[in-house]
Amino acid sequence: MRRFAHFWWDFVVGDDWRVAAGIVLAFGLTALLATTSAPAWWLLPLAVAAVLWLSLRRVAG
Amino acid sequence: MVEALTIVLAMGVTRGWRAALAGAVAAVFALAAIVGALGPALTVIPIEALRLVVGALLLVFGLQWLRKAILRASGWRALRDEDSVFARETAAAKAAVSEEHAGLDWYGFTISFKGVLLEGLEVAFIVLTFGSTQGSIPLAAVGAAAAVVLVVVAGIVVRGPLSRVPENTLAFAVGVMLTTFGIFWGAEGAGVDWPGGDASLPVVLAFVVLMSLGYVTALRRRRPATA
Repeated sequence: MRRFAHFWWDFVVGDDWRVAAGIVLAFGLTALLATTSAPAWWLLPLAVAAVLWLSLRRVAG
Repeated sequence: MVEALTIVLAMGVTRGWRAALAGAVAAVFALAAIVGALGPALTVIPIEALRLVVGALLLVFGLQWLRKAILRASGWRALRDEDSVFARETAAAKAAVSEEHAGLDWYGFTISFKGVLLEGLEVAFIVLTFGSTQGSIPLAAVGAAAAVVLVVVAGIVVRGPLSRVPENTLAFAVGVMLTTFGIFWGAEGAGVDWPGGDASLPVVLAFVVLMSLGYVTALRRRRPATA
């Protein structure tokens, strides 16, 4: 059971859990912004760029 | 898929083609069963909710691919070496004890089955997510099957480790596509209206490509001169 859970965690989340957490947070903020009258389309691409860069920097110093 | 083919080739060369191919075929049937079982279930979920979940999954999944591809392209992570994978698999297969079940070499069968099933899950995931959001899982499955045929033909032509396949370039392209569709569908699922509707998809694609290439350049500059 533990190996099964580990496999799915590794399959979906991968090496850096903070990327998955950052994406979930970005989706939450995007959904919140989308309920207002302000445009929300720009938030997710910028969040993806930031989350990816932070993850890369953790490896590449 | 390249990794799966390397494993099947290693098993075929060392343990015999019958068990290796039987394992691979059994895994393909298992994957088809997974797609066949989950596909209809996904089509009953409302499209907005489906796009949000699928978009988030595609994005998380795509960023895994993109992150590895960027690190490899910039030299911070070693390129996957199919030659060494092939050598490692063949050495382990030669050392393994021979045990037969139902007339098949069990080691060759199970390693082939496991390799194709685990690597193929990624393909099944892509077929299910793209197919369900676009309303045609069979069409997505046909596209995936065509890609499998291409890889198998490449394996037959090369007849050995697939070191000549530009694997990181393929991983980079897959990561870019998954991330692009993840952003686009995920945002729509979260309630976003893209300026210009579907016409903004190529703009998102261009953004992801430029961002990725920019990160490769930036990370190359960060590498120490001696590394």
